[in-house]
Amino acid sequence: MQPLAISHYSIVNSLGAGSQAILDALRERRSGLTPCDFETVVLDTYIGRVPGLEQASVRPDLGAYDCRNNRLAQLGLELDGFAGAVAAARERLGAARIGVFMGTSTSGIFETELAFRHRDPRTGALPGDFHYTGTHNTYSLAEFVRTYLELTGPAFVVSSACSSTAKAFGNAARMIAAGVCDAAVVGGVDTLCLTTLHGFYSLELTSRGPCRPFDVERDGISIGEGAGYALLERVDDRTAKDALLLLGIGESSDAYHMSTPHPEGLGAKLAMRGALDRAGLAPADIDYINFHGTATRTNDAAEDLAVRELFGTGTPCSSTKGATGHLLGAAGITEAIISLLAIEHDLMPGSANTRAVDPELKSHYLLESREARVRRVLSNSFGFGGSNCSLVLGAGG
Amino acid sequence: MRVYLEGVGLVGPGLSGWEPTRALLAGNVRYQPGPTAVAASELLPATERRRAGMPVKLALAAGHEALAAAARDAAKTATVFSSSSGDCDNVHHMLEALSTPERQISPTRFHNSVHNAAAGYWSIATRCHAPSTSLACRDASFSAGLLEAACQAAGDGVAVALIAYDHPYPEPLHAVRPIRAAFGIALVLAPSTTDRSIAALDIAFVAQETAPTPMADHGLEALRNGIPAARSLPLLAVLARGSPETVVLDYVSGTHLRVAVAPCG
Repeated sequence: MQPLAISHYSIVNSLGAGSQAILDALRERRSGLTPCDFETVVLDTYIGRVPGLEQASVRPDLGAYDCRNNRLAQLGLELDGFAGAVAAARERLGAARIGVFMGTSTSGIFETELAFRHRDPRTGALPGDFHYTGTHNTYSLAEFVRTYLELTGPAFVVSSACSSTAKAFGNAARMIAAGVCDAAVVGGVDTLCLTTLHGFYSLELTSRGPCRPFDVERDGISIGEGAGYALLERVDDRTAKDALLLLGIGESSDAYHMSTPHPEGLGAKLAMRGALDRAGLAPADIDYINFHGTATRTNDAAEDLAVRELFGTGTPCSSTKGATGHLLGAAGITEAIISLLAIEHDLMPGSANTRAVDPELKSHYLLESREARVRRVLSNSFGFGGSNCSLVLGAGG
Repeated sequence: MRVYLEGVGLVGPGLSGWEPTRALLAGNVRYQPGPTAVAASELLPATERRRAGMPVKLALAAGHEALAAAARDAAKTATVFSSSSGDCDNVHHMLEALSTPERQISPTRFHNSVHNAAAGYWSIATRCHAPSTSLACRDASFSAGLLEAACQAAGDGVAVALIAYDHPYPEPLHAVRPIRAAFGIALVLAPSTTDRSIAALDIAFVAQETAPTPMADHGLEALRNGIPAARSLPLLAVLARGSPETVVLDYVSGTHLRVAVAPCG
């Protein structure tokens, strides 16, 4: 595929607000995970929570969209000069020439969870101040972001569980290649809610402590919340020589099980190979792999097998979910941006919270952060329903 | 961009299959409302069949009809799924459970709550490892899916099955998001002509507010207005008439899709 320039990005999660805060935390191998104290949830697990969302509010003219998910969406737009960068692109390209392709898994469902507790005891009706369209509905996030940024191009939400915001890069690349738009805002948001906390608990997939990807004693995920965005543009003579680039994307389906990955990582392999093929690269061209690495027994084992088969055991790799937690629909964009930070700062982040790598897992897994030249990164995102996506990111020059 | 339509699948209230409803959609017969008749697919393994909700049934029924007409192997065909709200029964039951003091939800309910559940079951039923995406765009979900599927078919040079479906929430969510009935529509789009090509579709994104093409029949127009996936009906009506016409489909605010249909053969 034609590489696309990633001209700006922004990021926020439990590690911090803005790319500098995230970079510092990754360097120091810090974790944002804390014991679960979300709302009235009583579960023996850890979460990655963004502070202050309860007191935050969305821009007054966007009040119909006010919910935890869109508050975090706005926080992300206001960081790292992102909204300003999009405004400049809008001036240059025109509002109708910039698409908005967002990913989320649960959107603002937390509002409906609260509203269900306050149904009219006689009629069962939801409270009068509950706004479904701007909150719970899956499209709400893209509509909020599109309206906030004053864009009028094509838009939709990708919702394929934990691969959502990685796959949004593919939608943007196809739309730009087809000439439907010239640039795109990709990324997305997921926020803490009862559905995912209790849901993953019911599947016995939540860790009791902070999650420990690839650890011999790993026992599940820590759910986190976060937002991230990237502005994708065509590569042209305005593009800096050393610009950050989306080089390839691979997508596949496991066709195996709704909530368990294929044990040999069949779909994962197809996605990684697809991304390399699209980028016109060989496995040896990849300097660092950012794993999906959720810290469940099955994900890490299957991903290790798949990576080993394609890359052997020499390529340095790690999961950053011990730092951020599993951001579910927002994991793809978060880890794509972490991959961009790795390239810009020649940093291979060590795996926070992992103490001893499972001897059954043979990949070259990094416990400590490492300063080394990073030109190209492969980032993996796999979701329920067997939805897999791999991105190859790099820099020009 | 131009793509070639090879197959259509349709299941809706009083609408069972594309061929049987062509005369109705062409405007030659008056629409008679009825239930959406859809059975669990034999293609799913028994466990998955038990667990599958209405969206999976709609997707499998419409998708298989379209792929059979296109004579395409489902195991090798990329898919785009599109729906406003996914499995509305399932989310209702989950929300009910989460509002009780115990808050116990079943693992199956939880994994069925992902928006790509229909895509997941589809891939298991068809043993398909090809790329699949699942989109949501509220009332414009069909248009969003059509735009994405066309970009993929034309850009990647592959056949793509677009499967759009919606079904109603139970109360109390129905009151705040009424969806009239269960409805599934599938289109198989290819990058070039084959002996199965039904029509060439020239699809353009237009950043301008324009009234969408309505349905002449009041009953069908009510479906178009009341079910996101049924916003596809004006396109189906043109295909049923087999005449070269252009339809306007509404898309996200301030935009629409213009689809010029040129019948093949």
